[in-house]
Amino acid sequence: MRTVLTIGRNLAVLGYVLFALFPLYWLLKIAVTPDRLIYTEGTALWPTTFTFDNFRTVIFYSDFMVFFSNSVIVSLCSAALATLIAAAAGYSFSRFRFRGKSIIVVLMLVTQMFPLLMIITPIYKIVATLGLLNTLTSLIVVYTAFNIPFATFLMQSFFDGIPKDLDEAAMMDGCTRLQALRKVILPLTLPGLAATLGFVFTAAWSELLFALMLINSNDSMTFPVGLLTFVSKFSVDWGQMMAAGVLALLPSCLFFVFIQRYLVQGLTAGAVKG
Amino acid sequence: MNTAVTPAVATPGSRRSWRAVLRTAAEPWLYLSPALIFIMLVMLVPLVIGISYAFQAISLMNPLESGWVGLANFEALYEDRKFWKSLKNTAYWTIASVFFQFFLGLGLALLLNHGFYGRRLVQALVFLPWAVPTFLSALTWAWLFNPVIGPLPHWLAAIGILSEPYNILSDPNIAIWGPIVANIWFGIPFFAITLLAALQSIPHDLYEAAAIDGASAWQGFIKITLPFLAPMIAITVMLRAIWVANFADLIFVMTGGGPANSTQIISTYIFTTAFRKLDFGYASAIAVVLLVLLLIYAAVLLRLRQSLRLVN
Amino acid sequence: MARIDIVDLCKRFGNIEVISNVNLSFEEGEFIVLVGPSGCGKSTLLRMIAGLESITKGDIIMNDQRVNDLPPRDRNIAMVFQSYALYPHMNVERNMGFSMEIKRTPPDTRRQHVDKAAAILGLGSLMERLPKALSGGQRQRVAMGRAIVRDPSAFLFDEPLSNLDAALRVEMRLEIARLHQRLGSTMVYVTHDQVEALTLADRIVVLDHGVVQQVGTPMELYESPANRFVARFIGSPTMNLIEVAMEDQQLTMKSTHSAIPLPALVGAESATQLGIRPEHLEPMPAGKGHVQGEVEVVERLGSDSFVYVQVPGAGRLLSRCNGNTRLQAGEAVGLSLDPAHLHLFDEKGQALR
Repeated sequence: MRTVLTIGRNLAVLGYVLFALFPLYWLLKIAVTPDRLIYTEGTALWPTTFTFDNFRTVIFYSDFMVFFSNSVIVSLCSAALATLIAAAAGYSFSRFRFRGKSIIVVLMLVTQMFPLLMIITPIYKIVATLGLLNTLTSLIVVYTAFNIPFATFLMQSFFDGIPKDLDEAAMMDGCTRLQALRKVILPLTLPGLAATLGFVFTAAWSELLFALMLINSNDSMTFPVGLLTFVSKFSVDWGQMMAAGVLALLPSCLFFVFIQRYLVQGLTAGAVKG
Repeated sequence: MNTAVTPAVATPGSRRSWRAVLRTAAEPWLYLSPALIFIMLVMLVPLVIGISYAFQAISLMNPLESGWVGLANFEALYEDRKFWKSLKNTAYWTIASVFFQFFLGLGLALLLNHGFYGRRLVQALVFLPWAVPTFLSALTWAWLFNPVIGPLPHWLAAIGILSEPYNILSDPNIAIWGPIVANIWFGIPFFAITLLAALQSIPHDLYEAAAIDGASAWQGFIKITLPFLAPMIAITVMLRAIWVANFADLIFVMTGGGPANSTQIISTYIFTTAFRKLDFGYASAIAVVLLVLLLIYAAVLLRLRQSLRLVN
Repeated sequence: MARIDIVDLCKRFGNIEVISNVNLSFEEGEFIVLVGPSGCGKSTLLRMIAGLESITKGDIIMNDQRVNDLPPRDRNIAMVFQSYALYPHMNVERNMGFSMEIKRTPPDTRRQHVDKAAAILGLGSLMERLPKALSGGQRQRVAMGRAIVRDPSAFLFDEPLSNLDAALRVEMRLEIARLHQRLGSTMVYVTHDQVEALTLADRIVVLDHGVVQQVGTPMELYESPANRFVARFIGSPTMNLIEVAMEDQQLTMKSTHSAIPLPALVGAESATQLGIRPEHLEPMPAGKGHVQGEVEVVERLGSDSFVYVQVPGAGRLLSRCNGNTRLQAGEAVGLSLDPAHLHLFDEKGQALR
């Protein structure tokens, strides 16, 4: 009975792992399948020969590198900005009791509950009026704002984990509040800062709809937009598209490995709040 | 007590000086202000503007016919069969996705909570879909459903679900299951992680006490695990439902709402109306309806929570 | 060194008054212990002196300067926290020298000061360690070292020993006393442990519900508590209380009306309770002494014995007597009250003499 249970459990785990990995495996498989074999061996589990030609073409002979670097710029800037601003806000939530705090918290929760798509038309109009269509700046500002509430709650939970005594000891030792924050609290929050940075980066990296709306020139397209327009224009070059997909996956996966430890903490904070 | 120190005490302003009061009162707001400014300018102001758009004709296609139109957009919406269809699709999409995400996620959490050789590696692997950018998940699944390069149609045909290997995303009757499967794949880790965190917070001695009292594993699950998880389950399912209902990326990339609007949900309808037709007034009207629906949902949720609390 | 005056000090959190109208003066170089049960406001008072808690009303004056609005860093005060609050990412040396680092003192001078403090506390070999690699007692020493390096005009201690085990607590208590002798600085020390209060203090301030109950030297508090609260709080084991009333010029136990044959006492007319410490209650052969009872339990501690006696009308009284007493549970016994050490309290709990 016990062994049956154990076997069943192991099979279930195996099932989950296969389900989780299979699509990614397939992405990689098509990416390394030579063009001439796609139609004959497209649905086979592994091609008879494999090649990195698709990656070479994508990297050296296409616009994907432009998209890629645009995405890196947008994601990095949004992540840095949102993390910095959220750290300040999270610190305020964690360390001060003040009138109006609960209203602000509710306000931030509400922004997390409502679909951002609702404001896509006014944002488009505003960005157009400011003459910022087709600029990375507009995306950076939008992504930063969208990610601030979640990042704030995340940072707050990290600050809450650092005893208030340390701020006070630093202030007794002659620090201003800002010095205490910079010299004592922030160094201790480094993992939290890194995790928040990672979360915002991944979110900005994968955002599609606003980028689609605000950008239509090839020069400032982010990776998702670029890939999607590529798909709709040339829906036959499977190998190249999947090679590009694998490349798009890399930064997210790197960050994922990096922040995996904080996933439970972060998602729990996210679940409780919205 | 001591009169030698009167100079400082005798001043009537022995209360705190107003500057100090101001300084302490302003400090938390100083740290909050950048965040508030961003949220105000990028989210709240557009929200208000967006609501005003709902009562105007704003279409980039015919810019001359713009101006206030009162409730005309909403009247058109009432007559719009696509809108009612997308409302129905939203419900179908949400319930089906959350149902499978939750139960499969719970199963995964229970398996991971058990502890076995290689658990950490397995955990990292099964949580991986969560890290995949959504547009890429959507593309990957769309490709998997494509009979030219994807194996799924062939497998489905082989086990008799499909009569022949064709792309289910182009069949109006079952197309919505394409995005739903992708959504399940993408959403299992979320539930697994939150439930795993909750599971790990259950004190272990409770199970030991139950085992000593003669409870079976199943009884332990029913009597200890579920009651402990219940609040967490309630809140995550309810909030996740909102999120999934509004989650447009997968559907937009995989089917664009088609074929024949069979996969159109409210949020994709907003996006396509704004993005393809450039009819901002109409898109905003749909958004306002969505907002009202969400507010009703939130109100019902709060009511439910209150009555649950009263029962307990 | 600092003289600290606290004038009409009040602190409210919302509608709850945690400190009400406190007036105190601490002399230069004095060791003051603030003591009271948890929630009595002692820590809040200390934090107000430190500048970590705002003042609702009243003044704090240090060396004739009103410091109400001065931030902590400008008050020249050092504080030792209950949790030690060592900076986890700095080694012992940097922890101790942090205040000078903030003031941009040259590294050489900093080093000198840190080394001196380390020598006083015997921390010399631990300078490179991070706090997590230290034992509880060592962390406590580093926290004190950090305070010493500042060379402050006053030291504040917020229950510094409560995270240590019993043996270490005694050792560190001595260390603090030694430090005070050596530095001669004003020290304000918060604790809920009356043994620490009695052993360390020049003067003790007893607080309850944000109100000062009594200020005095340990012996004053022990010998003439101002009220029932202080009487019960100071001294271990606690003072015995007997409900009494005056009947026919004679002090009697309230519930049984049996007389307690004591000589006339000042203020006895309005007394409702009679207090006597266990050490002033002596067991006698049955029939002798002032009250009669039956031994319930005898606790032998070696040097002392605690004899619990059930006395009809007075409840359970505790007598502290010789370690080698022969009394046994169930035995009838008399108790003699030492008339020189009686305490009488009125209805409101105020001491009557």
